[in-house]
Amino acid sequence: MIWIDTIVQGILLGGLYALFAAGLSLVFGIMRLVNLAHGDLIVLGSYVILFVVSALGINPFLAAALAAPVMFLLGWVLQKLVLNRTLGEDILPPLLVTFGLSIVIQNGLLEGFSADSQRMSLGALETASVSLGPITMGVMPLMTFASAILVIVALNQLFYRTAIGRAFRATSDDATTASLMGIRPDRVFASATAIAMLVVTIAALYLGTRANFDPSIGPARLIYAFEAVIIGGLGSLWGTLIGGIIIGVAQTLGAAINPEWQILAGHVAFLIVLLVRPRGLFPKGA
Amino acid sequence: MALLETHGLTARYGDFQALFGVDIALEPGETVAIIGANGAGKTTLMRSITGVLNNDAAQIRHRGVEIGHLQADTIMKRGIAMVPEGRRLFPSLTVEENLIIGGQHKGGRDLGDRIDSFLCRLLGGPDPMELAAGHDGSGYWSLDTVYDLFPILKERRHSPGTALSGGQQQMVAIGRALMSNPDILLCDEISLGLAPVVIKDIYQALPRIKENGASLIVVEQDIGQALKIADRVYCLMEGRVTLEGRPSEITRDDIHAAYFGETA
Ligand SMILES: Nc1ncnc2c1ncn2[C@@H]1O[C@H](COP(=O)(O)OP(=O)(O)OP(=O)(O)O)[C@@H](O)[C@H]1O
Ligand SMILES: [Mg+2]
Repeated sequence: MIWIDTIVQGILLGGLYALFAAGLSLVFGIMRLVNLAHGDLIVLGSYVILFVVSALGINPFLAAALAAPVMFLLGWVLQKLVLNRTLGEDILPPLLVTFGLSIVIQNGLLEGFSADSQRMSLGALETASVSLGPITMGVMPLMTFASAILVIVALNQLFYRTAIGRAFRATSDDATTASLMGIRPDRVFASATAIAMLVVTIAALYLGTRANFDPSIGPARLIYAFEAVIIGGLGSLWGTLIGGIIIGVAQTLGAAINPEWQILAGHVAFLIVLLVRPRGLFPKGA
Repeated sequence: MALLETHGLTARYGDFQALFGVDIALEPGETVAIIGANGAGKTTLMRSITGVLNNDAAQIRHRGVEIGHLQADTIMKRGIAMVPEGRRLFPSLTVEENLIIGGQHKGGRDLGDRIDSFLCRLLGGPDPMELAAGHDGSGYWSLDTVYDLFPILKERRHSPGTALSGGQQQMVAIGRALMSNPDILLCDEISLGLAPVVIKDIYQALPRIKENGASLIVVEQDIGQALKIADRVYCLMEGRVTLEGRPSEITRDDIHAAYFGETA
């Protein structure tokens, strides 16, 4: 029975990783931009929420709702003024620039908030749990998982049911021809990054309330996000969720065997999937 | 005043110059054909007019306004639509979505335009949308009228655009361009690679397109076809106009000379 419980905890953890990954996947899918600062943007989001929490004395959920429009705007401006200039035939400039951005964000946070680790308190919610037979699930992990599913459903609706989603897909197919349809690709990209930053805000809420965070933890979140996206297959959001779950389950199983193996087990699972299915489990166009 | 005119239009791809001072004009209601051998610069001319390639402002005028420097989306919103060479349907979109997207961002200013204009002015730049005014994108063409023009597309409307035959894809590409109710429609080799019966179907649509307010520039390698439909013909060779005239006024020898640069 303990194994079932471990696996369930792993699945729920996978929801958190899928949230880390969804924004990355969205941006990559639309503009083939690998954002190496994605993890740091999540951490930045956690600090923005923390700032609102301490400034206004409200709970983190409310604070995240206030932070979301700020992050949205930040995404728009970042894409419009910086990242759009790096896009082109050559894939190196966006990598270099987002790598630089990652360092800038980390050091900016270090200056502003020091290296101390932070945590946002949720009071009783932190320890609340529900039991289902032998399995006990924390309310926060459950909410994280539910949020991941909601985000993926919402993004898929946006993608396949709305005018802006149509413009996203068309621009991703062929930006030049999209511009002949009256679409301005740089503006589509700015909207996409702005929307990705909304997802980042949700990820930041759970990152900042479920564990300690400090300015340096972004790159590690980026790795989990990457692994989830690649396991799932580039371009498939449901695949990303499955990818997150595989890493989450591998980590909890690894930790159950030996606490030191948690991180390693996740990476090993990633390598195994990649050996068996080099293009991921659900590659686009397959 | 011509609907569209180019003055000494030049275009380059990096160091390579593809157009050398091209002057063409399109009068309201006219059909102009552009002929010329492979590599003559026909597609480059279309790409310059639509803003995919940028030029000096003064080199292209549309309804008397200089547009050579404008970006492709702004030019499209002014009422110039293109059926690009090779059709270029969006593979991730269904037939119907391919059509809808052609009319989705027509004329006027949407929210994105407004935000963009605001931010650009905030940062001290010019308003990128100022010159798009004057065409609201309304008119005869809609999903219904496009399906009426090409009924097969209605049957296939939920298929991915790229799952269709070449001729059907060409119909989608034409319908997609019509959805914005352009006053100028540019067609780049719409008969390329298609069977004669299909070409006939497609060319039969042109009169109805003209009736509903579009003037046409048709790039065509099939000289017979071009002479049949055009009011005037321009021949390009190596980036220069080598012949201009009405089909009734030009001879086979003229064309041969203009096409290949030699006297027959
Ligand atoms: N992207 C590009 N980069 C560099 N040179 C190009 C590019 N596109 C076209 N050219 C060159 O510009 C010249 C004109 O090409 P263009 O495509 O306009 O010819 P075209 O008349 O449309 O030919 P076709 O009948 O084969 O379509 C050619 O010499 C071509 O090689
Ligand atoms: Mg061509």
